[in-house]
Amino acid sequence: MKTEELYGLVRPLIPKDRVLTQLADRYSYSFDASFGEYLPDLVIQPENKEQIASVIKLANEHLIPVYPRGAATSLSGGSLPVKGGIVLDMSQFNKKLSIDKENLIAVVSPSVITGDIHQKAEEAGLFYPPDPSSSHVSTIGGNLLENSSGPKGLKYGTTKEYVIGLEVVTPTGEIIRTGGKTVKNVTGYDLTRLIVGSEGTLGIVTEAILRLIPKPQARKTLLASFGRLVDSGHAITNILSSGILPSAMELMDNSCIRAVENYTPIGMPVEAEAIIIVEVDGHEAAIAEEIKKCEAVCFEQNAIEVRVAQTEKERANIWNARKMVSPAITQMGPTKISEDATVPRSEIPKMIERLHAIREKYQLNLVVFGHAGDGNLHPNIITDKRNTEEMKRVDAAVGEIFEAAVQLGGTLSGEHGIGTLKAPYMEMELGKAGVLMMQKIKDAWDPNGILNPGKIFPQPGQTKVVLTQ
Amino acid sequence: MKNSADCHQEDKYISLLHDLTYEAANTCVQCGYCLPACPTYESMGKESQSPRGRINLVKMAAEGKIDLQNDLAEPIDLCLGCRACEVACPVSVPYGEIYEAAREVITLQQKDEAKNPSVGIKVRGHVLNNVFPHQKRLRLLGNATWLYQKTGINRVARKLKLVNKISESVGQFEKILPPVESPLKRYTFGETFPARGRKKATVAFFAGCVMDAMMSNINRMSIELLQSTGCEVFVPKGQTCCGALHAHQGMMDEAKELAKANIEAFEASGAVYFINNAGGCGAMLREYDKHFKGDHEWEERARQFADKSRDITEILVEFGPLPYMKEWNGVITYQDSCHLLNVQGVSGEPRELLRSIPGARFVEMKGSDRCCASGGIYNLIHFDESMKMLDCKMEDVKAAGAKTIVTTNPGCLLQMKLGVERSGLENTRALHIVEVLAEACGIR
Repeated sequence: MKTEELYGLVRPLIPKDRVLTQLADRYSYSFDASFGEYLPDLVIQPENKEQIASVIKLANEHLIPVYPRGAATSLSGGSLPVKGGIVLDMSQFNKKLSIDKENLIAVVSPSVITGDIHQKAEEAGLFYPPDPSSSHVSTIGGNLLENSSGPKGLKYGTTKEYVIGLEVVTPTGEIIRTGGKTVKNVTGYDLTRLIVGSEGTLGIVTEAILRLIPKPQARKTLLASFGRLVDSGHAITNILSSGILPSAMELMDNSCIRAVENYTPIGMPVEAEAIIIVEVDGHEAAIAEEIKKCEAVCFEQNAIEVRVAQTEKERANIWNARKMVSPAITQMGPTKISEDATVPRSEIPKMIERLHAIREKYQLNLVVFGHAGDGNLHPNIITDKRNTEEMKRVDAAVGEIFEAAVQLGGTLSGEHGIGTLKAPYMEMELGKAGVLMMQKIKDAWDPNGILNPGKIFPQPGQTKVVLTQ
Repeated sequence: MKNSADCHQEDKYISLLHDLTYEAANTCVQCGYCLPACPTYESMGKESQSPRGRINLVKMAAEGKIDLQNDLAEPIDLCLGCRACEVACPVSVPYGEIYEAAREVITLQQKDEAKNPSVGIKVRGHVLNNVFPHQKRLRLLGNATWLYQKTGINRVARKLKLVNKISESVGQFEKILPPVESPLKRYTFGETFPARGRKKATVAFFAGCVMDAMMSNINRMSIELLQSTGCEVFVPKGQTCCGALHAHQGMMDEAKELAKANIEAFEASGAVYFINNAGGCGAMLREYDKHFKGDHEWEERARQFADKSRDITEILVEFGPLPYMKEWNGVITYQDSCHLLNVQGVSGEPRELLRSIPGARFVEMKGSDRCCASGGIYNLIHFDESMKMLDCKMEDVKAAGAKTIVTTNPGCLLQMKLGVERSGLENTRALHIVEVLAEACGIR
């Protein structure tokens, strides 16, 4: 549908200053942090749920695709308007964030920045653990719909464990509530968990009730380097089997270490095959003992060096090494393909070996880092999307990464979501029948297929991702 | 529809934009980490008014997908150029370069095609070309302002609301112009001021254009403060406007000519540091080398000039302590100059100096590192947008309970004075850091 025509339909429903039609504005909502550029016909910045419901009803009537979008930090294409139509910019939705200390919950609107929830919860002595690396930018609505969690999943679980109630505009324009303010709730199907991680294909969240927990009193951090990758893997599993549950366990491979040291010389062990960062939190006395034990386990597994942070500054320095990964690897080329294939923890060394073999086979700049504690690795391929020849090798390598993860009993995506980029591989993990069951759910909720079409489900005949333009 | 000749013309500008900055624009990974740092994204709430959005639009324009004038010009025009996004960027995208390149090409096309530039652009061009680079004209303007203020004509004019009728924005600024110093008290170019006590270094002072004309008292106090810490201060003759305003408006050729004049004037001084007291100018001076990339004659000279350039607060901390004479009363807060903070990376020194004043209670206000929306001459050209951001800022000043708001740049200083006036804060002063330090040292 043409922009002017669509504008005429939308205008009676939405205030003028909340509808963007200019070409510059439309191009500004044509992308996210992943791949591709799709020009929407119109952008709406809804103020309340009633406006959203009315737009959805209109969309059903005229079969217009609608794409909810938070801060568009998605790495899987979750918010891309791949079939044109309307982008619903939820970042400008009314902001509401209230902490209920008695019930240990937060009630939030979808436009709230996740980092603001962390801050408000902490001011009340509470804690909202999910912490994707973009949490200072991303909206909670986007986090919930993508079920993105960050490094604390190992100890505290993922985002879905913290969502106990939702208000949702369905794909047919009804406003429903799921769950509630109680941690226990077995009334009917658990629609809350169905919506969380549905990538905006089953509904638009307009309010969420989040569970909070008491804030850990203290934390301790160490960095250990290993001459052999396999030793770092054993250190990870042995720490966990020794009865310690760290709040974070991060891993970086040698190419990643070198990239960081190259970018900003901070004394990284460039000869090491891998480093791990381990953080424990809890009662001060308990974690003092735990970090010692972690240190000992690392040495038992032939760690070359173990640095336990003694001050907050040293702790910040350790995490700085991890934070520098992103800028460091971007220096290696303009295009970064960030995957999040996840395997059972015990398979991490094997998975990394497979990744390195893929790197050699396709001669690519592939670095590996990630949340090793929960098996969620982030293999990143650094390339240049204008180099068509190399991009073909990238396409093939990405396919093999997914294959490796699934063969090792893992999954395509730990937290970035399927979106457009992993849709072709759904059957590989779930089988035909598995994908079909999901498709049936989608069809039942969204009979006209207007909400975020082109995501999760492969297009007919599509078996691999093609990144070349 | 455009005819083919038009299209051919346009291709020229598109390929120029492409050559200048497409590579840089492509380094953006669109992660969105810059969004919370951007004052215009916060106040306008649109992706096209964010750093990520603007970089993408530059890319789209360079690919010929959108029009330079119809689509790209407005978002670029509405950027404050505060460069807070560069600090937030995890992959070091050179936003300043992309922004200036876009401005340059947009302005060039308007000039070439005499495409009826908007009133704002015309006024900008005229003022920048005909006033800022000319010390005498500016000083004349400053002197006239002094006469105007001293004779009381301004009070009459204000009462009659004559000025307000001309233009709301200029009218509001007229009210907050600082009193200009008598021409008799001014320093002269080419003059050397001796160090007090043991001489620690010879430094050269950059007077700036606005600072020299309208706030020469702050320049004079700057020289005295430097003297008091043991600096011999030379004010090189032949120096001129730094060219920042020109560069930000896309007038790169003019900016480079000014830069060359300054490099020549200062390298002859033999001083160890070239000192300025305006964050915006300082940022430009420290980036002179970027403007002469690949220029055999000037690149190295520009780099040496940039290396020696310092903000006055850095020098006062290095050579201090200052000889304080008086106790300060009330809470002081500090508003960062974006170009001092985001481009020059100076944030500790001004705060350290303010904390060192006897009796002063320094309170950090919320959002002190966020642009005050002065933005060079942004507040004159985009008055409404700017005032919206300024009014939010004044709420933070109130919350901090500050009686003195300190800045390190003339544009920010005028903007904060305007903020005080607009918000009706009583017994609250907006001062340049040099004024605060001078007052505490008994320098008048």
